[in-house]
Amino acid sequence: MPEIRLIEVSKRFGRIEAIDDISLEIKNGEYLCVLGPTGSGKTTLLRLIAGLLRPDEGEIFMDERRVNELPAEERDVAYMPQQYALFPHMTVLGNVAFGPLSRGKDPAEASRTALDMLKLVRLHERADALPSELSGGMQQRVALARSLASGAKLMLLDEPLGALDARLRVELRYRLKSMVKNLGLTAIHVTHDQREAMIVADRIVVLRAGRSEQIGTPFHIYQRPENLFVANFVGDTNFLDGTVSKADSTGSYVELRGGLNVRVQETSFLTGERVILTIRQELTSVKAYGWESVNALPGTVLAVRFLGDYLRIEIRLMNGDEVGAEVPLTNINTYPKIGEEVVVSFKPLDVSVYTTPPRGLAKEIEVA
Amino acid sequence: MTGDKRTGLPRLLDGILALLDKLSASPTIRKGTYLGALLFFVIIILIPPIIGILLKWSLISETLQNPPQMARAQSAILASFTIAFIVSFLDLLAGLPMAWLIVKRRGRWVSVIDTLADIPFIIPTVTLGYSVLTFWSEPNGISGLLDVEHLFSPGPILITLLHFAFSYPVIVRLMVGEFQGYNLVYETAARTLGAPTFTAFRTVTMSILKPAIIAAFLLAFSRSLSETGATAIVAGTFENGPIFIRNARSAGQEGPMVLVSSILIAVSVAIFAVIGLLGPCLRFPSKKVWTGLEWRLSRRNAAMVKDASTLIVFGLLVASPSLFVIFPSLAGLFDGTLQTALTGSGVWAPFWSSLVTSYVVALIAAFINVIIGFPMAVIIARRKLGTRFTALMDALVAVPVIIPSVALGVSLNIFWNAFGNLPEFWVLVLAHTTITYTYFARPMAAAIQGISEELEDVGRTLGSRPFGTFRKIVLPLTKYSIFSSAVMVLTRSVGETGATVAVVKRLQTAPVLLVDWITHPEIYGPSTVGLGVLFLVLMASVSLLAIRLTLRRG
Repeated sequence: MPEIRLIEVSKRFGRIEAIDDISLEIKNGEYLCVLGPTGSGKTTLLRLIAGLLRPDEGEIFMDERRVNELPAEERDVAYMPQQYALFPHMTVLGNVAFGPLSRGKDPAEASRTALDMLKLVRLHERADALPSELSGGMQQRVALARSLASGAKLMLLDEPLGALDARLRVELRYRLKSMVKNLGLTAIHVTHDQREAMIVADRIVVLRAGRSEQIGTPFHIYQRPENLFVANFVGDTNFLDGTVSKADSTGSYVELRGGLNVRVQETSFLTGERVILTIRQELTSVKAYGWESVNALPGTVLAVRFLGDYLRIEIRLMNGDEVGAEVPLTNINTYPKIGEEVVVSFKPLDVSVYTTPPRGLAKEIEVA
Repeated sequence: MTGDKRTGLPRLLDGILALLDKLSASPTIRKGTYLGALLFFVIIILIPPIIGILLKWSLISETLQNPPQMARAQSAILASFTIAFIVSFLDLLAGLPMAWLIVKRRGRWVSVIDTLADIPFIIPTVTLGYSVLTFWSEPNGISGLLDVEHLFSPGPILITLLHFAFSYPVIVRLMVGEFQGYNLVYETAARTLGAPTFTAFRTVTMSILKPAIIAAFLLAFSRSLSETGATAIVAGTFENGPIFIRNARSAGQEGPMVLVSSILIAVSVAIFAVIGLLGPCLRFPSKKVWTGLEWRLSRRNAAMVKDASTLIVFGLLVASPSLFVIFPSLAGLFDGTLQTALTGSGVWAPFWSSLVTSYVVALIAAFINVIIGFPMAVIIARRKLGTRFTALMDALVAVPVIIPSVALGVSLNIFWNAFGNLPEFWVLVLAHTTITYTYFARPMAAAIQGISEELEDVGRTLGSRPFGTFRKIVLPLTKYSIFSSAVMVLTRSVGETGATVAVVKRLQTAPVLLVDWITHPEIYGPSTVGLGVLFLVLMASVSLLAIRLTLRRG
């Protein structure tokens, strides 16, 4: 099984820095998700590993072998692009047998391997169909069978669920991961959907403008984002701008504009330092006006949106800042009304603190 | 089914494919293939027409000091460009509604119209010239019906009518393709925003398809500028550029021939360069909407009037003059001429020989273009030389189409006689290869561009080498384009007259021989001429049919 190492890899297209000095290690059998907004370099990264592009700088190793100059056909990887790229003039069986045939198996053996893989994805009965005769979900399974039949141990999946409808996407993401794990493969899965990444990944690398912003487990990325971009891109987050007014060994106080005070557990910031506080919206609660506790910020309800299993309540705080709270329906006794005065509350433990970026919050978190 | 069980030729082929597959893994071999295609294009296709004319530059000064000859040359050149401009403009006016009608309307009659619209394109232009001449000018044509001697005598009007007929399918075919690929969502959006259909077409569709409209105009323009054989048939004593060159060559006047050729080459290239550069800046009027008028033009009745007038123009100016060739040709079938023709005696011996020459030359030119044009198409489609250089190559590939073929022939003749000292047959093959190069390389580049690169990427990551990926993925997906482009090369080459008369003295191709027959009816007689034309049409139809059947089976 392959272990992949990227060392200070860069790739430019003209003046555009598509991949900028990325170092990354992917372990045997790992399922790694590359998460990032459109244009962040996700596909370029995948194509560099596939051997479809050559890095301008840096080195790529597969099982300790430097592969910078090794062409795609000799890398033993299976690349599955977003629209699957099934060969339209070949049957399903022809598509799946293409890899084994290209790798030197005789036609009978290649057909056997292809049929085995089609059975695995439960499409052997459609072996004689053309790709155009299949639904989106079936096409995805054929593409998967084709990748598996090639015998490659490294799967490079570029938005593998992106072309499917929402329901099917949810269903197939579990199946995809379990299949990769059961067969003991290594997978690099590119997506811009943070929920998909959270569910399937062993580890996630967050990309932005060709640079790696953070690498870690889904839990780590979600709970401890290393910067404001990751905090914003992964999950729904409230941002509050303030100044550290008091710091001691158990925590700090941050004064927001309008005289509101927030207690945080963070102790590494100095009094007078400008900071940005982030609180996950699902860790933000909404209480009746008059509620008293640490971090109880009064405000007015701006909007209430019903999202099935929870409500998203948007509130304008007394100081004019706007925050959101995602409240499970089970925690709701009465629906808040627009214009109603409420108290927004959160625990000091759930507040992350970041130095205010010199170029401003909006620039720091913009995704495109 | 396994490779080991194969013997003889299949095994040899397997071996060759395996070898090519192995060789393609080497970047040096891949680069060498592309470099070879590039060098062939530059040395064999691009440079000879330009250098050839420069070699005889000294002859031009004699002509410049001969005022009567200069005046004749000037008026011929002016006539060429004026007719080409008028024809292209009128073709655009008539062809755009026809293309729209073919794409939008449903029914069997639309398929018939669609097929009929191709006829002037498929049949050799010489036969079209004969057909147009008979239809408009001979007593057994429309003139006879109207009881006039010649409705249109040979001369500039008949040339314009002829050029209108053979340029029309160029516009229709190109625009049908564009309209079919056009995303109707833009027009739907315009209509839901309150624009009537006419306004939506004028302000949105026309603007979006502007590059295609300009390309269609330029193609029609170059076709008109190049045509020689059919023009000679309908020109009478009138001279445009190509006829001037043809006459000058017959009279052994090398100086005037080189002068007019070089001016035609220079002005054509300049016009195409200017339109190519300024085309993107050209704005179709789309800011003003004449609400009342355009609502009226969008009504069902107005659309019916537009469709009816489109069909009338097509029927009267394109289909009827093109198909009319059948009537005079039929006479030869029943008066004993057919028997003489089939025995190959008398004038028919050189006819059959010329037909064989035409097809041998066309097949060799098509073969060379398929082999050499394919790598060039890949270079253009996949931008193998980087964005800018590839764009330059893409523009240069169009040069053989831009240059009037008779001028190109003059230049090639000078070049290959000066440098190659080649036999006449091979000069003819090289001339036809040059003239038809664009007809293969350009459509193939477009076809390859239409195939997602991801298919090739996936093929390679699945273990297939570059040649294997090309053979198993690109080739099957472009086979229709390969065959249709090869047919285009074949058709163009068989019908070619201009460059042929400029490069050969001894050899004769079928269209050149027919021009001689048609312009000397007193020697050959109408039955012989009609039958000769019919044979050429039949040969073109048979080869097209054969290839279409092959395609259907494939």
